[in-house]
Amino acid sequence: MIAKLIAKRLAVSVLILLAVSVIVFAATLLLPGDPARAILGQQATPERIAALNEQMHLDQPPVVRYFLWLGGLFTGDFGLSTSANAPVAVLLGERLGNSLVLMALAALISVPVGIAVGIFSALHRGRRSDSAVTWVTLALAALPEFVIGIGLITLFATSVLKILPAVTMSPPGQPVWLIPSQLVLPTLTLALVVAPYIARMMRATMIEVLDSGYIEMARLKGVPERRVIFRHALPHAIGPVAQVVAIQLAWLAGGVVVVEFLFRFPGMGQALIDAVNYRDVAVVQAVSMIVAAVYIVVNLAADIIGIMADPKLRSAAA
Amino acid sequence: MTTAPPAAPGAAPAPGAAQPAPAGPADGADVVLRIDDLRIATTGDAEILHGISLSLRRGQLLGLVGESGSGKTTAGLACLGHFRAGLKHTGGSVTIWPRGGERIVVQELGEDALRQLRGARVAYIPQDPALSLNPAMRVGEQIREVLDVHRWGDSDAAREARVAEVLADVGLPSDRDYRRRWPHQLSGGQQQRIGIAMAFAMFPDVLILDEPTTGLDVSTQAHVLDTIRDMTRRNDVAGLYITHDLAVVAELADRVAVMLRGMLVEEGPVERVLHHPEHDYTKRLLEAVPDLAGRKAIGGDPYRDSPARIADDATAPPLLAARNIRLSYGEAQILDGIDLTLEPGECTMLLGESGSGKTTLSRCVAGLIDDYTGTVALESAQLAPSTRKRTAEQRSAIQYVFQSPFSSLNPRRTIGESLTVPLETSQRVPKARRRRVVEEALDAVRLGRSFFDRRPGDLSGGERQRAAIARALVNSPRVLVCDEVTSALDVSVQASIIGLLRRLREENGLAMLFVTHNITLARHIADNLAILNRGRIVDYGPVDDVFAHPTHAYTKALLADIPTL
Repeated sequence: MIAKLIAKRLAVSVLILLAVSVIVFAATLLLPGDPARAILGQQATPERIAALNEQMHLDQPPVVRYFLWLGGLFTGDFGLSTSANAPVAVLLGERLGNSLVLMALAALISVPVGIAVGIFSALHRGRRSDSAVTWVTLALAALPEFVIGIGLITLFATSVLKILPAVTMSPPGQPVWLIPSQLVLPTLTLALVVAPYIARMMRATMIEVLDSGYIEMARLKGVPERRVIFRHALPHAIGPVAQVVAIQLAWLAGGVVVVEFLFRFPGMGQALIDAVNYRDVAVVQAVSMIVAAVYIVVNLAADIIGIMADPKLRSAAA
Repeated sequence: MTTAPPAAPGAAPAPGAAQPAPAGPADGADVVLRIDDLRIATTGDAEILHGISLSLRRGQLLGLVGESGSGKTTAGLACLGHFRAGLKHTGGSVTIWPRGGERIVVQELGEDALRQLRGARVAYIPQDPALSLNPAMRVGEQIREVLDVHRWGDSDAAREARVAEVLADVGLPSDRDYRRRWPHQLSGGQQQRIGIAMAFAMFPDVLILDEPTTGLDVSTQAHVLDTIRDMTRRNDVAGLYITHDLAVVAELADRVAVMLRGMLVEEGPVERVLHHPEHDYTKRLLEAVPDLAGRKAIGGDPYRDSPARIADDATAPPLLAARNIRLSYGEAQILDGIDLTLEPGECTMLLGESGSGKTTLSRCVAGLIDDYTGTVALESAQLAPSTRKRTAEQRSAIQYVFQSPFSSLNPRRTIGESLTVPLETSQRVPKARRRRVVEEALDAVRLGRSFFDRRPGDLSGGERQRAAIARALVNSPRVLVCDEVTSALDVSVQASIIGLLRRLREENGLAMLFVTHNITLARHIADNLAILNRGRIVDYGPVDDVFAHPTHAYTKALLADIPTL
């Protein structure tokens, strides 16, 4: 039965992704520019441009082009980057890896930290430590990511301490994780942006759960406090918090754009900014689709976790 | 199975378990728990328990009765050394003499010792099992947990066997499949028996029962009470039974203590207190309890059934007629062909347990649910299923009063504003006169005009329910649908609301559909009684006839299971 529920969500996800592809394709159609001329340069003859247009199917009506492009997506062919004059898949492959490393590290830090801070805050509700946490999380949540990033650079790379690199130093083509120190600041920036929301949600959910009858009952049974929190309370907070974590992780997929630009990080965000500057339609389309796919995958994961965490849903048909 | 409870290994908090039990307190060797001059205040220093003293004896149940806010739960939780948020202990003590152990003063215990006491020596059975069982833990595991945290027995197998044993003791299946169920897969009565099993798992000395049957219907309540009585006797436990239901106390308890606003006003053997009460408050409380026989006059004058009210023209259509009402959600047949009629000035009690479909039926009549089949007719006019499609006049004619006055009045609006809304909708009276109509309605429910500008937050439960009834009255309805209007209220408030409804009927000739699960109210308010069971009316007729000659097995069981004073 769970499988059925998940299959249903999966089908909906595919539909959403298709809808997104239509929107992305339509939006990029509106971008000005002539890809063939961009590739061949100003002195290209009209014959060569026409030949390239034909090769890239640019002479076809938009509907046909959409389906050609969509078909390409399914076979891993994202088209041709006009600025690099290379397949988009090759151009983005390495950058996607870099971005995913950054996002994974940020998630790995922010999710446990956010959850732990939220639990701490809920347990100390109304006390000074709770209000301190509230102030800090709200302040961080209010700051845009580039402000946090610049703050961290000032603190650790330029003015105060000079212990970490302010920008990415890897030469093109070399994986970023070979110089781990350059990952610290971008990761920290993303984690600081995401963790406050997770902490706030965790605090609210835990407070609600801790006020429930079964928590009082567990305490009146003589259950040790640690077990009350981890065995009785925490499982109920997982479902709602997973939703927020998902939204935050999905935001990471888009949030990396600004942070990557700030740290000159060779990831997808950089690629997107460059592609927009050079009117590189195929890359813009590919990056947009990847970000959309990340959104859908993490939200799907959150739904599944939510289902698994609720015995009512889990055993509905068992 | 467990007639002689073994001394639970590792459970006795004192090391001197080998020697015979030390002498108990001076006033009786079998006292297990004594509360001495217990005082509890809010953190804002308002005292809410003003020095309570009580003793619990082995093998006996003490009923602690009082209305909501009297402090009974606070006193009960203090026996476990637990104070809810915003409360603190300011004086007095709770002393426990466990079997084969030394005297324990609960207030002197540290965090860890307190934890060892809870669930092991003093166990708690909460009011609402649906809220107090962890929905994300299997029921067997929740019982097992008590044994685990108190290190009962010496192996997992022994603990598992104890879980099975105590499940069998409370009359539940003890097999592995049952223990692996989730709370939501059990009925309310089964959930409460899980709670009882959990409480008895460690062979406690003291049991605190906090209204453990309040949410249950009478048949389930009777079973749960049997289980509690049986388990208390068999395990030789001292029990504190907190309740507002005097009839349950009469059935179950040996002694009874009555609380009023944080004070103990009377204490003694059940027979004496319930039949020869000394304190005025106890007398008032007893007078407010509805009796099945209808001999009492709760909420004022006794209800007299006047045969003159019977419609003189037998051929005229009834005021309200529901014909063959059916409703199903998927597989579940909620209503299965209901026929019901109501004459002017007549009150029909619609009685059923939770899930019987009584609220669904009353909502169909009022048009709040519109996907039923069958017809509802007002006099001769058939009503549209949805209230939106009914005329303003038809809507005004049938008015609905909801169960909880705490959620049915908008807290941001004054009573006057809330009561004017139906007049704005009906456009029955010009704007200038609306305030007067509302004030008259407030007078009619004996609240008075001064309530016009007050907000629900300032009102007590009874006052709110009166305001909600006034809201139903402003459009001069002909039929009042009262959906469990007294079940959220204390008995004395219930009595006054019943008295009010009775007067409204007599003064305005209102017809009433009184929906309830409380059969003892029947003779105090109703002419006819319709018993609803699983979406069907199984017994229907004048109250006396149904009581005298119940035809359906369900009605017979219902009448047999009612606890009486």
